[in-house]
Amino acid sequence: MDVFLTLVRRELGAAFNSLTGYVVVAITLLLAGFGLVDIVQRLNSDRTPSPIPEIFFADGIVFWLVLILTTPVITMRTFASEKALGTYEALMTTPVGEWQVVLAKFTGSLVFYLLSWAPLIGVLIVLRQVTQQPQLLDPWAMCGVLTGIACIGSTFLSIGVFASSLTRSQIIAAMTSLLIGIGMWTLSLRFSQADTTGDRLGRLMDHLSVTHHMQDFARGVIDGRALVFHLSVTFFFLFLTQRVIEMRRWK
Amino acid sequence: MIEVRDLTKRYPGRTAVDGISFTVGRGEVVGFLGPNGAGKSTTMRILSSFIPATSGTVRIAGFDVFHQPDEVRRRIGYMPENNPLHIDMRVRDYLKFRARLKGLGIGRSRQRVDRVIEQCGLKDVEKRIIGQLSKGYRQRVGLADALVHEPDLIILDEPTIGLDPHQLRSVRALIKELGRQHTVLLSTHILTEVEMTCSRVLILNQGRILAADRVEDLESRFSQDGRVVAEIEATPEAIREAFRDLPEVAALEIQAAAGAFQRVAFTPKAGQDLRPLVFEQVRQHDWSLRELTRPRLSLEDIFIQLTQKKKGGDL
Repeated sequence: MDVFLTLVRRELGAAFNSLTGYVVVAITLLLAGFGLVDIVQRLNSDRTPSPIPEIFFADGIVFWLVLILTTPVITMRTFASEKALGTYEALMTTPVGEWQVVLAKFTGSLVFYLLSWAPLIGVLIVLRQVTQQPQLLDPWAMCGVLTGIACIGSTFLSIGVFASSLTRSQIIAAMTSLLIGIGMWTLSLRFSQADTTGDRLGRLMDHLSVTHHMQDFARGVIDGRALVFHLSVTFFFLFLTQRVIEMRRWK
Repeated sequence: MIEVRDLTKRYPGRTAVDGISFTVGRGEVVGFLGPNGAGKSTTMRILSSFIPATSGTVRIAGFDVFHQPDEVRRRIGYMPENNPLHIDMRVRDYLKFRARLKGLGIGRSRQRVDRVIEQCGLKDVEKRIIGQLSKGYRQRVGLADALVHEPDLIILDEPTIGLDPHQLRSVRALIKELGRQHTVLLSTHILTEVEMTCSRVLILNQGRILAADRVEDLESRFSQDGRVVAEIEATPEAIREAFRDLPEVAALEIQAAAGAFQRVAFTPKAGQDLRPLVFEQVRQHDWSLRELTRPRLSLEDIFIQLTQKKKGGDL
C-alpha cells in the first residue's frame, strides 16, 4: 500500500510537472467556457429550458470532447515515456509488483482527470447562483453527472493506459486510445439514436452505448448495469495491461 | 555473491549471451569489459532480473533471479545503461521516492537519503531539479539511487559514459570508495577504467567470456617478454659496444630520438628485469639517461590481442 501510494504520488507529480498536464487543464477550461456560453444562450432563448446537466452532459458535445481529447493525453505518458526514457527499467528492477505499477498509473491518471474536471463543476455552480432556478440543477443530477464522469472516464483512461503499455512512443499511445475513444463514441451515438424497439441487437448495443449511459447519469439515474459495465471494462483493460507488462518482462 | 552458470540469452536471430559462467565473491569489484554489443548490458539486465534468461541459472546472494526476483531486487542496487532518472524531480525527492519504492519506511528512507546525499557529494544540489544538473551530478544521483537501500551488490552499467575528465575522476573515485563496503559489478568499454577501479576483470566479446583474471595477472600474462626501453645520450656504436657482451641481453634495437639521444629497446634472454643492468651500464659510461621504462601491455592491447586471436581461431 505504501509503495502504491508512493507511485500514485509520483504519477501525479509527473502530470503536474509536465507541460501536457497543463495542456489538459487548458483544454478542459476552454471547452468548459464554450459550454458555459452554449448554456447561457440556450437559457436566454428557451422559455422552458431542460435541466443544465442534461444540456451540458447529454445533449451537448462538450463532455465528449473533453473526455475523448484529454484522456489519451493524460494516459499516453504512463508507460510509453518511462520506456522511452529508460526509467521503466529502473522502476521494474525495484521490488514492486506489476499490479501495483498498473493500478498506481491508472489511479494517478484518474485523480488527475477528476481534478481537471473541477473547473466545469465550478461552471455549474456559478450557473446555479446566477439563474436562481434550483430545478435546473438538481443535486441528484449532479451526483449522477459526477458518477458518469468518473465511470466513463475510468473506461477511457484504462484504454489509454493499456495503449501506453503497448508502445514506447507517446504519440502512438495517444493516437491508439484516441481512435478507440472516437470509435466508441460514434458507435454509441449511432446506436443510441437508432430505433431500438424489438431488435435484440439494437437493444444490446443500446445497453453498451456510452452516450446512453451518460444521458441517464445526467438525469440523475444511476443505473447499476452501466456501473458494472464500466467497472468491468476498466478492469478488463487494466488486466490486459498487466498481462502485456508481464509478457514483455518474461519474453 | 553472484553465481552464474551457463547463462544464455537468445533474441530472435541473435545470441546476445552465449553460455557464460562466472562467480563474484563478496567484497570484490569486478569489471565487465567488452566492446559495444558484447552482451554486457544483457547480462546485467538478467542479473538484476529485469529480463529472463533463455537458459542457465543466476543466483545472487543465494537467491535465484528467476524464481525469487523480489529477494534479488532487494539486494541489488542497479544503475541501468544511460542512467535513466526522472528529470522533472528534485534530487532529494527523487532519492526519497526511490528509497520508498525499494521498501524503506519513512524514517529509514529519510536517514538513508541523508547518508547517500553526503556520500555522493550531492549536498549542494539536493534541492535542484535533476534535469538542470550536469551529467556528472546526474551520474552521482544514479549512484546514490543504487546505494540508497544498502544493497549487498551494486551493478553499474557503464557508469562513466559521457563524462568529462573532471567528472570521470570524481565518479571513479566514488566507485572505488563503494568497493570498500560493497560488492560491485560494473561494465565499461573504457579499459583504463577497469585498471583504475577493479580488482578483477571479465572480458566479454560476442556473448562469451574471453578472459577472467585479476587485472595484474592479465597484464603479466600478456606482457611483452619483459622488454625495456631506455633513452640514452650516446652514439649507437658506443651503446652496442657496451651491451654486446652482457649475457642477459638477447637483443637490442636502436632508433635515433630527439637531440643526441638514442631510443634503445632491450629484450632480455630469460624474461628478467633489465632495468638495473641498463642503469648500471649508463652510470659506468657516464652517459645521460632521460627515460628507463618497461612498457606494459595495457588492457587495450590485451583486449585487441584476445579479440584478434578469437577471430583467427574462427577462420
